[in-house]
Amino acid sequence: MSWVTIGRLEDIPPRGARCVDTPEGRIAVFRTADNSVFAMEDSCPHKKGPLSQGIVHGASVTCPLHNWVISLESGAAQGADEGQVRTIPVRNDNGILRLDLTELRVAAE
Amino acid sequence: MTEKLVIIGNGMAPGRMLEELFEKAPGAYDVTIFNAEPRVNYDRIMLSPVLSGEKSYADIVIHDEAWYATNGVTLLKGARVTQIDRANRIVTAADGRTAAYDKLVIATGSSPIIIPVPGHQLPGVLAYRDLDDVDRMLEIARRGGRAIVIGGGLLGLEAAYGLKRQGMEVTVIHLMPTIMERQLDPPAAYILKKALADRGIDIITKANTKAILGTDKVEGIELEDGRVIAGEMVVMAVGIRPNAGLARDAGLTVNRGIVVDDGMATSDPDIYALGECAEHRGICYGLVAPLYESARALADRLSGGAADYQGSVTNTKLKVTGINLFSAGDFAEAPDREEIVLRDASAGVYKRLVLKDNRIVGTVLYGDTADGSWFFDLMKKGSDVSAMRDTLIFGQSFQGGVPLDPMAAVAALPDDAEICGCNGVCKGKITSTITAKGLTTLDGVRAHTKASASCGNCTGLVEQLMKLTLGDRYNPAAVVPMCGCTDLGHDDVRRLILAKGLKTIPAVMQELEWKTSCGCAKCRPALNYYLVCDWPDEYADDYQSRFINERVHANIQKDGSYSVVPRMWGGVTSAAELRAIADVVDKFDVPMVKVTGGQRIDLLGIQKEDLPAVWADLGKAGFVSGQAYAKGLRTVKTCVGTDWCRFGTQDSTGLGIRLEKFMWGSWTPAKLKLAVSGCPRNCAEATCKDIGVICVDSGFEIHFAGAAGLEIKGTEVLGMVRTEDEALEYIVALTQMYREQGRYLERIYKWAKRVGLDEIRRQIMDDADKRRSYFERFVFSQTFAQVDPWSERVSGKDKHEFSPMAVARLSEAAE
Repeated sequence: MSWVTIGRLEDIPPRGARCVDTPEGRIAVFRTADNSVFAMEDSCPHKKGPLSQGIVHGASVTCPLHNWVISLESGAAQGADEGQVRTIPVRNDNGILRLDLTELRVAAE
Repeated sequence: MTEKLVIIGNGMAPGRMLEELFEKAPGAYDVTIFNAEPRVNYDRIMLSPVLSGEKSYADIVIHDEAWYATNGVTLLKGARVTQIDRANRIVTAADGRTAAYDKLVIATGSSPIIIPVPGHQLPGVLAYRDLDDVDRMLEIARRGGRAIVIGGGLLGLEAAYGLKRQGMEVTVIHLMPTIMERQLDPPAAYILKKALADRGIDIITKANTKAILGTDKVEGIELEDGRVIAGEMVVMAVGIRPNAGLARDAGLTVNRGIVVDDGMATSDPDIYALGECAEHRGICYGLVAPLYESARALADRLSGGAADYQGSVTNTKLKVTGINLFSAGDFAEAPDREEIVLRDASAGVYKRLVLKDNRIVGTVLYGDTADGSWFFDLMKKGSDVSAMRDTLIFGQSFQGGVPLDPMAAVAALPDDAEICGCNGVCKGKITSTITAKGLTTLDGVRAHTKASASCGNCTGLVEQLMKLTLGDRYNPAAVVPMCGCTDLGHDDVRRLILAKGLKTIPAVMQELEWKTSCGCAKCRPALNYYLVCDWPDEYADDYQSRFINERVHANIQKDGSYSVVPRMWGGVTSAAELRAIADVVDKFDVPMVKVTGGQRIDLLGIQKEDLPAVWADLGKAGFVSGQAYAKGLRTVKTCVGTDWCRFGTQDSTGLGIRLEKFMWGSWTPAKLKLAVSGCPRNCAEATCKDIGVICVDSGFEIHFAGAAGLEIKGTEVLGMVRTEDEALEYIVALTQMYREQGRYLERIYKWAKRVGLDEIRRQIMDDADKRRSYFERFVFSQTFAQVDPWSERVSGKDKHEFSPMAVARLSEAAE
């Protein structure tokens, strides 16, 4: 694993998200009310809606396009909907946020 | 000593009979049921909602496994009885299982009639009778294509609707000139046919099927007149035939069905027949209400009573969402009959009563079926209606000149009036059970009385009875919570926010005992709106609880880009403004520019990162946000009024601009669109807006509660005012009343329906103090709301929203 620094916890509003651009597409990085941090591809399994633009509640986000609810922990669609978002490993080292893009790079090659 | 009761068949009729029997004489019998289907007892009349996807199998189970266990019933599933040995009192199933009986009930039901046209045995030809049929229909429906339903009766039309809901194209073939001819007269059949056509269901009447086409599966049908209709499925819904073969083989008297007397006994006094297989006084019933009535009589006989079943007068309702239809009795014309007809084409209402000797003998109601049970009750009792003949058609609440109060109508019903037709539950049973069991919820009433537990058409009546019996203790609003995070409804939450002085979202969630840590995407935006509205000076807007459009002041599109709509006051623009827009389009390579329905210009396909720069350029030209994304004031559409138009009576453009400049920036429960027309020709289309003004010579007619979206609804008139200043004050007061009372996402027309037009008119038109206080609260709120969000963001607010946090190259990871 190799970790890439993307910024600080304070850069993301609580119950909010920011984006990280990579050549393989956008990654959404979420911060919950209790300051947990999650990362996943910024694309809803339903119609590719930008999840980073949704409302964050508990450890879930609701997609802004058609209200699918995605678990931030597992990337799985909740409730009656079926779908899976690829999650990205993320680490919070004393407020410094790092992503592990290894798998993304493997996928790119 | 316990006797042995054996029942052949496990449908709704024997199920109901056993419930009554266990209540009347618990433990009297040792019960064994032979069931040919591999299931427990389920509600067959609810197959249509299962087909349309509105309910699931689990929702329609009447008796689960536990019920059979609790009542000590031996249920033999998949056991089809092949022989009744009357001499030795033993029944035998195909798989060899046997049971001895002291009393035997035959409840073998009926079979669908399959017309033996060529091709009727092809795969894809289905009946509509049990869950297996529904499962097969759903399987074919998943692949799409066209379904052909043969039979335009009740069952056929419900099947057609269900298949349409499942995404199939649907054609109904009906032999007779009008659909549902046994229940409907031709005018009602015509309205129904039109309503179904509007739902995309083709209906071909006077059509006879010649053959079903296809080699190894259904490919279509051919009609007698040579027409060919291609399709993947043929559903036969042309009628049922009682299953009487077993009884006939056993030597019992059989006509069309198994002949029974008023005690439901067959020609053998120890053998009874019940349900669709039975024939009572020459009639084989196919509806659930009469079967339940006869089940009650049989249960009484089996527990030693002497109840007689007298036959039933039946009524019919169609279970198609959004279509209200009620039919009962006989409505053919005859010389000794008179009729009373009420038609209201614009409201889609048709009512017809057929009278004979001053008594109702037939009823057809379409559109408004609220009085169905009352007419039905008068008909069943044979009441003389001559005293109220003049107003009879207007329904129960109209009698004696009392105002139209639905509660009074329900209160006036006698205790033996039937409320739930499916389950044969009368008013007295419901009210006494509510009192005896201390019930306070609809679910409780359903569980204990079965009322409203089947098709649900009587739910409104049952709720009114609960209200009547419980008074204020019944609060139906509490039944509909805001979301899964709370048990409180919107109105309670709004009331408690004010009563407890709650001024932040965490405070609301803490004090009102939210079940989740930080709410969900449904309740957070609602709470944020309520707090913005109620504490305009104190509450700090929580952007993380706003939907993305209101957070970034643009409209998100399907590809994640945004659209930008600047305000054009009253729809008026200029060369300078248009030039500035053209420059923005060039500079940012905007892919699409479109004129909106609200008289302004939409720039589509702008990337989020570009939004602040786009706004900066528009701002320099004097534009502010058009709030085209907001649950708030959107546009004020106008016509050119007295300035130009030869018909204009007032300065409609000026009033529109004045309203927009006064009201922009305000948040409302749902979007709010206004229009001002300069004369009754109404070029600004003000009569389908949330609030509209029609100018006339003598002043301004204020309209509200229109809609032209998912629903289409003309406005209601609030009232007439003389001056432009008054028009502004009244409209603003109305808006504030809606802001304070509306539920989040509830459009003004829905709010108005809920609180009542008269109440709104009373507060805004008649109560000057009230109007003034609404107006002043709106003005106060505007001092905090009228800040252009675009210029705020151009100057740096929420900068984090518009740029990525980082840009990562994948190669970095390898370093």
